Order: sequence, then structure tokens, then C-alpha cells
Amino acid sequence: MVAKFDQTDSSVVVIIGTGAGGGVLANELAQKGVKVVALEAGGRYLPEDYVNDEWESFGQLAWLDPRTTSGDWRVARDFSGLPAWIVKAVGGTTTHWAGASLRFQDHEWKALTTYGRVDGANLLDWPIDGAEMAPWYDKAETKLGVTRTGDRPGLPGNNNYKVLEKGALALGYKEVHTGRMAINSLDYDNRMACQQTGFCFQGCKWGAKWSAAYTEIPAGEATGNLEVRERCHAARIEHDDSGKVTGVVYFDAEGKEQRQAARVVCVAGNTIESPRLLLNSASAMFPDGLANSSGQVGRNYMRHVTGSVYAVFDKPVRMWRGTTMAGIIQDEARNDPTRGFVGGYELETLSLGLPFMAAFLDPGGWGREFTTALDSYENMAGMWIVGEDMPQETNRVTLNSEVKDQFGLPAPNVNFSDHPNDIAMRNHAYKQGMAIYNAVGATRTFPTPPYPSTHNLGTNRMSENPRDGVVNKWGQTHDIPNLFISDGSQFTTGAAENPTLTIVALAIRQADHIAREMSANTI
Amino acid sequence: MTLQNSRSGLTRRQLLARSVAAGAALVVGPGFIAGNDAAWALETTALKPETMATLVQMARDIYPHDHVPTEFYVVAVKGYDTPEAAPGIEAGIAALDAAAQGKGFSSYIGAGWERDRVDLLRAMEDSAFFQKIRGGLVTGLYNQKAVWPLFGYEGESFSQGGYIERGFDDINWL
Repeated sequence: MVAKFDQTDSSVVVIIGTGAGGGVLANELAQKGVKVVALEAGGRYLPEDYVNDEWESFGQLAWLDPRTTSGDWRVARDFSGLPAWIVKAVGGTTTHWAGASLRFQDHEWKALTTYGRVDGANLLDWPIDGAEMAPWYDKAETKLGVTRTGDRPGLPGNNNYKVLEKGALALGYKEVHTGRMAINSLDYDNRMACQQTGFCFQGCKWGAKWSAAYTEIPAGEATGNLEVRERCHAARIEHDDSGKVTGVVYFDAEGKEQRQAARVVCVAGNTIESPRLLLNSASAMFPDGLANSSGQVGRNYMRHVTGSVYAVFDKPVRMWRGTTMAGIIQDEARNDPTRGFVGGYELETLSLGLPFMAAFLDPGGWGREFTTALDSYENMAGMWIVGEDMPQETNRVTLNSEVKDQFGLPAPNVNFSDHPNDIAMRNHAYKQGMAIYNAVGATRTFPTPPYPSTHNLGTNRMSENPRDGVVNKWGQTHDIPNLFISDGSQFTTGAAENPTLTIVALAIRQADHIAREMSANTI
Repeated sequence: MTLQNSRSGLTRRQLLARSVAAGAALVVGPGFIAGNDAAWALETTALKPETMATLVQMARDIYPHDHVPTEFYVVAVKGYDTPEAAPGIEAGIAALDAAAQGKGFSSYIGAGWERDRVDLLRAMEDSAFFQKIRGGLVTGLYNQKAVWPLFGYEGESFSQGGYIERGFDDINWL
């Protein structure tokens, strides 16, 4: 029984976004009996709707509203209107994610303490740590059915993994395996096991990969406490004279302005949209945007130190067969400044189909240097770099008053430039990645530049001191007690790990806190 | 516009007899070009056939794959044969031919070696015209399902049950 709440019902929690943060929070609150209205800008797509064709799927799922870019990152040149490759749909980017589910390493919660001050970086310790998060990670791993956690076995390795593994072992790496993945290796939670179909990025047609679209959302709806309003785009959050938020103004599927009253508002629109919404909600009382007394809303935008290494061999690999992110090397994830940078990085297999390889291998490239690489597409193996990047105040999401979206709202601009630590880490990873493939007989290697961001973090950072960030250790904004941030934008620092598991763990924990505080009538 | 195969009624001999240009495509008559091997033919409506023939050669020079037949390049650029797009394409190709003539060639296609043609393209690679053609080819050429098998790419596998029993881990040379 799907709930339907009145727009004037001021007892509901309004959640903006239904991805890893918002979708999980919505279900967790609904399970506890809290009434929830979730506003989702995108439509509802389920496994039968997913299309295993890269460009067609991109057109179906990607967030393509107007955005602009600036800074010296190559994305601003090659994909100037597409800073991020994320999803606009019920379930958010959990439709698209590869499934890698890694816990932070303990030291990564304390980046400032561990790394010390780094010039140009706005490092800060999280107000929480690994011990605090351990039980929440346990719950998150169980929810997602993460392989190699609990009693769940790992996935089998595909061709792309076998090449990576052999090269990694030849270099002496030890922590090499098929990953901790939210992709079922056995039937789990009424979802079937992975059929090694590929196209993990286009939505799993088997439902073997965890996505909020077909787990959290229907589970929450079944309680009768959750109403998901699809194709409803939040425009601004309103507040009363006491400074508490009172509701959310949004545009519905017909483009008509609507308002939903709220007791609590939780923002989970991903790291670009969440600060944009706070900034677009500026008022006479909060002229710099909601929850922005620190001036940190929109700042410290992080995207991980990414990049890829592809290599061609003299014989076929057929990397596209099977799980896209089929394995991992974790030896470089440690913090070892003797390498010339602080923090660490993971190396994870990745493959792109021919259409996306043509677009992303060397954006703008042409001529035989480029086409002979694609001629060997069948003989290609690939890996992705994901490492901790430095938060910088000048890497930020701002409102672009020159460009409006389809509702007339100022579009977000994403400004990003690499920190020298990011460049040193990427170059180290390129060198190691190429060495891994050369050890298996690669005839040619390609240090491939970062794609539009999939890991978008940090623009509403968590801090102990209200002066340093936007939210406290519960994701509650320092300035407004009934306004929460529930997505990756609350990350204080990025760590080396794919962020989804941590976003989910924080959302489960936040649901517990919100329900408790609502019962105590403190919010 | 129509893209025809060799069963279109024109014989290879007829096509060659009517050709007026060399290169990846032959202009075989008013509003009509065809492949050297008569495997395909294209009727143009808005573009001059010589312009389309040069555009096809330019496409191949930007993304040269010797094992990919020219018809795939034709498909990739035939969308420019519209009244809206034609003026810009005609102007761009005219500039390309003028650049070729400035280097002593009769035309772009008249430069026989790919290296010479690529030099001409390199000199204009920052132009809006070049970037429009190149950018369009990224999807226009590589997103043709029919071209994928020529690169070994298998496309979707869901309809066949994935690769779990069809070789996801069949690498045998490591």
C-alpha cells in the first residue's frame, strides 16, 4: 500500500533524492514508522526498462540538465556541459554504480591528523571514526549483500580480472581479489546471482546488483509510510521566522510549482544538486543560502583522483564480458608519503563498450594513433584508478546566473582543478597500471584521462566545529536543526574508496538519529 | 536520401564509367555517389555529390579503420545532407579544398597520400567545422551496431543469458 500524503501535512519528513543516501534514508525511516515524502527529479526505471546499449542508456538515465564547468580539469574542455556522469531516476546513481563496496580505512577518517597540513588543501578530520562507523558498515554490507563480507563468497573473475590479477601478482601485489561487491554471487534478498552480462553501468537487468530503485524504494513503499513523487524537481527550501525549515517548493511532472510542507527536510540530491538547492534557497534571513554561515556550502568539491589505464595485447581479452568492475588491487590504498603524495588509491578493473571507448579513451583524439587503439579493442584490458583527492576551497559548486535550467533556476557551475598531490598520485597510478599490463605482455598502454565525475563528494562537509563545515556528525546542518544532508556531499574528505557503501552506512545511521530525535521532540 | 547496395541496378562497370573523382567514394552522377567497389551508393539531396564524396574521405581520414568499409562512414555523415546543414558543410569542404590547392593539390581528395590529407586536417583541427565533423563521428561511426562486429565487440548479451556460460572467463593465453 503506497502512501499518499497531503501537501499541507507538516508532520512528514521530506527527502530530496532517492539514491544511495536518500533512497536508503527513506526506507529506513519508513520502516521505523516515520512518514516520508521523497521528491525525485527523475522517472522510475526498473530492470525490464534498462537498455544494454551505452548511448541509449545514457539518454535514458543520465542527469543532463544544464550545467557548466570551469577550472583546469580536462573535463571542462572535453565535456564542458557534463561535469558528472550521474543518474536522474528513482534510485539515483545506484542504478549506474559499479557496485564496489569498500569501507574507509581507519586513518582516512582523520585526514588532517594523519597527513598533516598540505598546502592548498582544506583537510579536516571527520567528527566520526572507524569504530563509530563499524556497526553501521555491518548493516550496510548486509543490506547490500556485499561479497566477501559476512558469509557471502566473492564473484568469479572474468577475463579482464584475470589479466589484472596476473600482472598484479607479477609486480608483487598481495591484496588482489574480485572485490567486495554489491553484486550477488549467490541468490540473496530475493535477487538473483550475477549472470556475467556486462553493462553494470546501464542498470542491472537481472537485479543482481543492489540498486535502491528495486530494493529500498519498494520496501519503503510497502510499509505505507513512504510516498515517492517522481519527476518532481526541488526548487527551494522554505523556512519560518525562527529559521527552521517548513517545506519544499518543487516543480512537478507538468512543470507546475508545488509545495510540500515538512517537519524535517533531508537533502540528498548528489554533491552538485544538494549545494545548488541550498544556494538557490537564499532568503533575507539567509542571504548566502541555507546552512551556509560557514561559507562552506558548495566548497571542497571532490571527485577522487581518477583516470584509467587501458592496454592492448596480441591476443583477445574481451574485457566487456562479465562484471564491469570485476576485481581490485588494494596494495596502493595505504598512506605512504614516500611515494610522493599523501593518501592512497585503489585499482579496479573497468571496461567500456566500443561506443564509450571511442568517446572516452582520448577525448578529442583522432587519426591513426587513436584508431589503431580501437582496432585492437577486442584485445584490450582496462582498469580504473580511484584515489583520495585533496579538498580545496576553490573547487566548488556555485550558481551560474547566466545559465538557467528548464525551470528557470540558475544552473550549477562546477569549478575544479587538480591539487599537486592529485597529479602526483595519478601519475604514480598510471605508472603502476602500465607496469601491471606490461608484465603480462601488453604491446601498448594508454594512460586515459578522467571521465566526467561519478564520485561527487564534499560540498556540504561534515565538521566538529560549525565554523569549518556545513553539517555535524549526524549530517544535521549546524545552522538549522531540522535540515539534514544525506548524501556524499557531507563527506569531510574523500578517502580512497568508492563512496557508496559509506553513503549508505551514514544514511542508516542518520535514520536512526532522526527517528530518535523526532520521538524526543527535539526536531 | 537513399543508401543503396550493389543490387541497386547499377553495375560496377557503369559506376566506374560515370565516376568523376577518386577517393573513398565516387561521384557517379548528379546528386549521386557510390563506393569504389560499388558496394553502396548514396543519392544526395542538399549537398553537391562532390562535397559528400570529400566529406566521406575526410571522415575516413579522421577515424581511419582499414577494415571498415566506406559505407559505414557514409552512414556516419549522411545526416549532413539536409537543407539546414548543407551550407555549413559546403563552406567547410570548400575551405578544405582551398587549403589543399594552396599546397599544390588539385583538391582535398586529389592529395593521394593520407599523410598529406591529414596534414591539411591538422592545420584546421581547431576550427568549428572540423570539430563538428569529428565530434559527430564519435557517435555517428562507432555507435552503429553493424560496425561493432568489425571490432569484435559483441554488444548486449542479456538476450542470450549473459556470458556466465558463454566465455566470461575463457581467456586461455595468460
